[in-house]
Amino acid sequence: MQKGIAAFCFGILLASSAMADTYYLDIARRPVNVTGSPVEAITINETTPGPTLHLREGEDVTIQVTNHLDKPTSIHWHGMLVPPAMDGVPGLNGFPGIAPGETFTYRFRTRQTGTYWYHAHSSSQEQAGNFGSIVITPKGGERVRSDRDYVVVLSDFTKEDPDAILSHLKMDDEFYNFHRLTVGDFFRKAREKGLAGAWNDSKMWNQMRMTPTDLSDVSGYTFLVNGRSPDQNWTGIFKPGERVRLRFINASAMTFFDVRIPGLKMTVVAADGQDVEPVTVDEFRFGNAETYDVIVQPEEDRAFTLVAEPIDRTGFALGTLATREGMKGDVPPHRPRALLTMADMGNMPGMDMDMGSMMAEMPDMDMSSGWAKAGTPEGDKALSYADLRYLGTQKDTRKPDQEVAVTLGGNMQRYIWTINGRKHEDAVPIRLAYGERVRLKFTNETMMAHPMHLHGMFVQLENGQPAAKMPNKHTVIVPPGQSVSVLLTADEAGQWAFHCHLMYHMLAGMMTSIEVAKPGEAVPPVASPSSTTPAGEHYHAH
Amino acid sequence: MRIERLISLLVAGALLPLPASAGVGHDQPSIFHYSRLETDIGSARGDTVSRWDLDAWYGGDADKVWVKSEGELLRGTAERAQVWGLYSRNIADFWDVQAGVREDVEPGGTTYLALGFEGLAPYYFETEAHVFVSQRGDLSARFEERNDLLITQRLIAQPYLEARFYTQDDPREEVGRGVAGEVGLQTRYEFTRQFAPYVDLRYEASLGGAGRAAERAGEYRSSFVASVGLRLMY
Repeated sequence: MQKGIAAFCFGILLASSAMADTYYLDIARRPVNVTGSPVEAITINETTPGPTLHLREGEDVTIQVTNHLDKPTSIHWHGMLVPPAMDGVPGLNGFPGIAPGETFTYRFRTRQTGTYWYHAHSSSQEQAGNFGSIVITPKGGERVRSDRDYVVVLSDFTKEDPDAILSHLKMDDEFYNFHRLTVGDFFRKAREKGLAGAWNDSKMWNQMRMTPTDLSDVSGYTFLVNGRSPDQNWTGIFKPGERVRLRFINASAMTFFDVRIPGLKMTVVAADGQDVEPVTVDEFRFGNAETYDVIVQPEEDRAFTLVAEPIDRTGFALGTLATREGMKGDVPPHRPRALLTMADMGNMPGMDMDMGSMMAEMPDMDMSSGWAKAGTPEGDKALSYADLRYLGTQKDTRKPDQEVAVTLGGNMQRYIWTINGRKHEDAVPIRLAYGERVRLKFTNETMMAHPMHLHGMFVQLENGQPAAKMPNKHTVIVPPGQSVSVLLTADEAGQWAFHCHLMYHMLAGMMTSIEVAKPGEAVPPVASPSSTTPAGEHYHAH
Repeated sequence: MRIERLISLLVAGALLPLPASAGVGHDQPSIFHYSRLETDIGSARGDTVSRWDLDAWYGGDADKVWVKSEGELLRGTAERAQVWGLYSRNIADFWDVQAGVREDVEPGGTTYLALGFEGLAPYYFETEAHVFVSQRGDLSARFEERNDLLITQRLIAQPYLEARFYTQDDPREEVGRGVAGEVGLQTRYEFTRQFAPYVDLRYEASLGGAGRAAERAGEYRSSFVASVGLRLMY
């Protein structure tokens, strides 16, 4: 009991010292209760998500992370520009991880402002709750004025052991898919299109041994807002007419969300912590590990529901913006669950039919991406990457010296995920010279979207805006069957992890690193992207 | 009864000191396991027939140790019992080649070399094909297909086919030159992916010398079997 009181006081101390220069994070296993029965989770200072670290621009930060688990842990500062040894990825830059019982002291000076987050980079601990948020305030105060400022951390909570989830996916890639097409679906389609039409529609999928229902690999999640289930209803208070800043962080392990607040327009003012020219939208698609800062200005004295709907529509993360505690708004019905289409197969190497002959064979086929169908109502505006414009002028507007291919592949059936044909353990780092300007060209040969995250540096998203206006991103969604390119100025020497932020994709191989040489150091040429592993294995995309 | 020998083999297999492994730098697991066990009890021409079918592997994406065991009990006595130990190597997206040993504990106590492949054919046909050479030099082969048809998300009908080809008579194993096999339909209800009771209807037949060998062993050339059983995955 005394211990409990001491821990409580410690927690208070921590909360009040949140603007000080030294921060303490204690990582431990504790039961948490979000679904009605307690489940062991990984907590930071006794909660999950862990505390919000409120830092100041230019602050010399010291963070002492103590591991009370029985296995090694680590904390990575997601989106933060830090010295390589402080980035927190075990095995890179000489960082060994934090052994059980040990404390690791992270030290860095903040060189940026905005909304970021932190999470474990050790096995599947992120899924178990080992994450929290970071807000860095500019020296002169916030640029965008607001009366209220809330962090909104979205996550996907499971009662299962995260390691068991990966094990299940290796047993059966459809272990968690309870939306597969049935015999009944086939005959319904046959009534609509005739038997031949229905057969043609399913033929390609069946030949490729893939399913159009594969939107998310894992199900059974309870979706949380700031660690609260829909029943526990996280609430942000406002007075009518106030400007409210919401700092959305998608800290989920496996979930893309469509985010909206029915009745309110959201003005996006920052993406991945970096200021953008304001753009007003009704909703946005939210990839894992991305962040968006939005301003809303509710005028009415009522409750507004904050709705984050996973793209497989298996639930909601819900919160409330209200004028007092205890209010609840309406929850909209679920939007339809999309089916993937042939367009989502666009880059697949195994596709031996060209689009022309496919069109001839299947004239009524839907040639638009199924993945992209968010169900946005007519007249509503969904944020598009193309809308994001850097606020101010980018410093480096050089054309790239070279283009580096980043092919995202995998074998869904065996649950193997690769970058340039290799799993993480066989990966060849992408080596860049200091100061070099490169284009990373992602080609997604799989049927799933991959939120690709680079540590240590921002990339500029080639979204159709002029070079001076391309937005900075730390995480970029590469939709199925599509190519996306980003520019990178390699101005941070070190080994930087580069991976898909769907946690089980990363664990199943979709990770490599970008190594930036020290100034003046020579670099070997970039390895051929189509290289095979030493064992001669080459995994194709399925 | 050589069933004790089978059980000790299986236990030995389960206790093999297999290394646990972690990936480079990131301590992610790279060794996984899979076991599917089906056991059922049913009736054929008034007799009680029960059987088991175990399919299990342990290993990484490229290399696995694969264990199979299946057998049949007639009126409570083991009629057939076999256990396989295979090395399985991934050679293409959906295919593994396999090589190893099969031990028929019942009826004859014969050891075979086994070579074959296993994987997923287009249209989701789970396929296995193996050839065997016995310690006496007899050549045989086995081919299996199964395919899941979803009635609902949890009610799944699985038609299957198994064919066994024998090039020689082998009285000790109660087989004869010819073809034997079965076609069937297993319908399971997945309360969870890992726990699924099923009903199984199958037709078994032995043709040619295989049929005569079956008769000599006191079995029927063909029969219908209806069973209820349980499928576990872990």
